[in-house]
Amino acid sequence: MSGNVPADPETLARVYRSLRLIRRTEEEIASIYPSDKIKSPVHLSIGQESVSVGVCDILDASDVISATYRGHAAYLAKGGDLKQMMAELYGKATGCAAGKAGSMHLVDMGANVLGMSAVVGTTIPVAAGYAFALQREGKGRIAASFFGDGATEEGVFSETLNFASLHKLPILFVCENNGFAIHSPTSNRWATEALCERVRTYGIETQELADGDVFAIREAAGQAAQVIRGGGGPQFIECKTYRWREHVGPGEDYDDGYRTRDELEAWQARDQVAATGAMLDDAERQAIDDEVEGLIAEAVDFAEQSPWPEPEELYSHVFAD
Amino acid sequence: MSSPTDPPKTDKGRVISYVEALQEAVEQEMDRDEGVFVIGLNVDDHKAIQGSTHGLIDKFGPGRVIDTPLSEDAVTGIAIGAAMSGMRPIHVHIRMDFLLLCMNQLINMGAKAHYMYGGQVKVPLVMRSIIGKSWGQGAQHSQGLHAMFMHVPGLKVVAPTNAHDAKGCLIAAIRDNNPVVFVEHRLLYSTDAPVPEDPYTVDFGKARVVGEGTDITLVGISYMLVECLAARELLAEAGISAAVIDPVSLLPLDVDTITESAGRTGRLLVVDNAWVTCGAGAEIVAAVCERREGASPLAVGRMGYAPTTCPTTPALEKYFYPNAVTIASKAHSMVRPDEPEWAPDAEPTLPHEAVFRGPF
Repeated sequence: MSGNVPADPETLARVYRSLRLIRRTEEEIASIYPSDKIKSPVHLSIGQESVSVGVCDILDASDVISATYRGHAAYLAKGGDLKQMMAELYGKATGCAAGKAGSMHLVDMGANVLGMSAVVGTTIPVAAGYAFALQREGKGRIAASFFGDGATEEGVFSETLNFASLHKLPILFVCENNGFAIHSPTSNRWATEALCERVRTYGIETQELADGDVFAIREAAGQAAQVIRGGGGPQFIECKTYRWREHVGPGEDYDDGYRTRDELEAWQARDQVAATGAMLDDAERQAIDDEVEGLIAEAVDFAEQSPWPEPEELYSHVFAD
Repeated sequence: MSSPTDPPKTDKGRVISYVEALQEAVEQEMDRDEGVFVIGLNVDDHKAIQGSTHGLIDKFGPGRVIDTPLSEDAVTGIAIGAAMSGMRPIHVHIRMDFLLLCMNQLINMGAKAHYMYGGQVKVPLVMRSIIGKSWGQGAQHSQGLHAMFMHVPGLKVVAPTNAHDAKGCLIAAIRDNNPVVFVEHRLLYSTDAPVPEDPYTVDFGKARVVGEGTDITLVGISYMLVECLAARELLAEAGISAAVIDPVSLLPLDVDTITESAGRTGRLLVVDNAWVTCGAGAEIVAAVCERREGASPLAVGRMGYAPTTCPTTPALEKYFYPNAVTIASKAHSMVRPDEPEWAPDAEPTLPHEAVFRGPF
């Protein structure tokens, strides 16, 4: 564990609770998945939680995030409703998008979670557009845009960096670099690993975080957010991280030959859920764990008991009134 | 020059051009709502998108009249994000061909966001685009791509053909809570019509019967409405009475008005400012036939761009587009199938083409 221990116990407890909630929710999704009750592709964030938690912990409730189809972590870390998320995965009428989003398009505008997208990179300019509106609003709110390493290869990424820097938009770009685009490693895709260097050519300051340490990410995001709120324009952080499960689905894929279990074990050795939990005393950790289990059980029960959408709902929301 | 179309009579109309009507619509809406802004390459320069954004930069400043990098994909996404926040962006493209650079954001995000996110967000976005023609516009400055957008649920598509409808439709598009693909045509810019000074809307989904007739119904899309009206004059000389309908809005489409007219004339010819295959004409003909449920035989026809890429040389370009002569000839063959082929003795050039000498 690198030495970024939070100063105050409230922060530690809050960060642990968020990490634990995401980890356990996704483990529960994985355990439900073989029942076929969740008829939605699930891209689990297990192993990557610290990026969403570290960043969202320093955001205000009124700040806005966008994320990707691997978005359970960001959604929950920003305060998205767990019951509505679970119901959405079940395809129920009570889901966050009434059963029209599934796992890949989670949304909770009440928590300022912009909708997620299954097309890589597409939410990056949308978040910048929202940041454009926040800039004009002038209340100091900012946007944070989460995306993967693959998204940085899309033209829209570079286009958005340029526009955001040109207009000094209040946006924090957060690259969750898990090293793979589905199964393709960055070495097959990148001429150089110097992502931050590429980004800096747009006049955007960058920070690179190598080991997934949640408090290091939190610290970096906090510094960046301060610059952004001060009118300094967009900031970029690259967080190396690791996806423990398969690209899509509940299982592992270390027998498929494209990566090794050694890699996993190196990341598991600094698992942020365990590491932050170990900083708490047993009683406090147990209380958080119990609360988290209760919330998840409640969410699963809510999803199970909720009604299906009525057939006529197929035709609602094609056009806005 | 007066418009060949027949806009509705209004009390307070002054005669202004199509391009002036577009500019006035945007200026009035920007006055009304601070959330309305204009974004696109060169919207703030001295040429002002062929005059359609004239004066906006001076009145509203660079915060609301925003020049952009050549990043159509990102700028579309930025406009969508701003729209989700409640703003009302007008994204301007000096040629419709450039909308192809926006397709990912427009189709995968803009069209779907309201549905995919269960109604939690709306995307009040206008995509202005101009179809070019003549003076060597050629392969990549002449495409009418409206049918592609009609295909996708969540997008509205309108193609006004006169100054009155240009202003009313643009104001309606700005106030609409959905993405609207706004189809303009370069050769319509100089046409004029009585246009009320006060803001007003022209409702989408209502076609306009611009000429009554008893023998055949001509539906003209975008600039082809002008050619259909000229064809109607030529047909009258041959004793054929053609009704002419301007759909105004392609999605939603006023199937009822077209069906009613086609039912009376027994013949329907749709002339599109685009290719025929899988085009708006196919959609209109099919929708009318379905609506009629085989009530009585209906002769149908479609015309549009030649199934080729648009050439630049006028020697070939003149065969690429339908014109009043070819439309009249086709209509004649539908009305009088037993007679020999006929073509009116007329030059297929319209005054609007004569005044457009480029360079753009």
